[in-house]
Amino acid sequence: MKIRSGKVFLDDLDKKILEILRDNARLTYTAIGEKLGVAHSTVYERIRRLEENGVIKRYTTVIDVEKLGFKPTVAMVTIHTDPKESENIARKLAKKRNVLEVLISLSEELLVIARVIAEDQEKLHSFIANYVAPLPGVLRIRTSIITRKIKELDYVSSSII
Amino acid sequence: MSKEKAFYFFTSIGNYTGEKAQSLEEFLEKVKQIDVKSLEFHLYRGDFERWIREVLGIKELAEKMDEIQKLNLKGETLRTLIYETGSRYLKNYRV
Repeated sequence: MKIRSGKVFLDDLDKKILEILRDNARLTYTAIGEKLGVAHSTVYERIRRLEENGVIKRYTTVIDVEKLGFKPTVAMVTIHTDPKESENIARKLAKKRNVLEVLISLSEELLVIARVIAEDQEKLHSFIANYVAPLPGVLRIRTSIITRKIKELDYVSSSII
Repeated sequence: MSKEKAFYFFTSIGNYTGEKAQSLEEFLEKVKQIDVKSLEFHLYRGDFERWIREVLGIKELAEKMDEIQKLNLKGETLRTLIYETGSRYLKNYRV
């Protein structure tokens, strides 16, 4: 890894280590080293630098909620906003635990897009009706309930690094 | 009436039309022009009845909404009936 003008450049070994970690962040340095044909001390040093420079932000746990008997309703909620209020709306939504992601899009109209999770459709509606719709600056809301998930990445693919 | 207690018109789960009402008069104005799908959605969920009873505190009109719900009407006929029922209440009971 090299740093030039504040920008981080990864070499092939860094990218391969990240690729392995994103599948299983609990592998030991030795196991990663064996997969890549390098010493565990090299792996340790590379990971330490990736962490120090903020390339690796955190290690997390992906929970399969369906295994816990929870079949949530997930929806993409598109909120048409008054441009003056969109930032406030996005920040308020971002504070809610059932809002997984908040994005702002500036296309023909200013939109706030949120990925929302709820126990069921009724609770989703209740959240939108009682919390989102009354927020100042909300003009209209379009909700798309996700019925099938074909692909999901919870990390940035190495193909774009 | 605070914004939190206003009636927010949706056409289906999560789909807000951008229209809200903060009084019975405003509610009836919206009933005249809102997408009829919104009227069908809320009436058959019991939302009108609940809001009129719990927020506006008008038991008689809430009961009328419940009666309309049982008629299983749709479209413009439903719009007319909701509007006329609410207007009649306003005309007869407004102080």
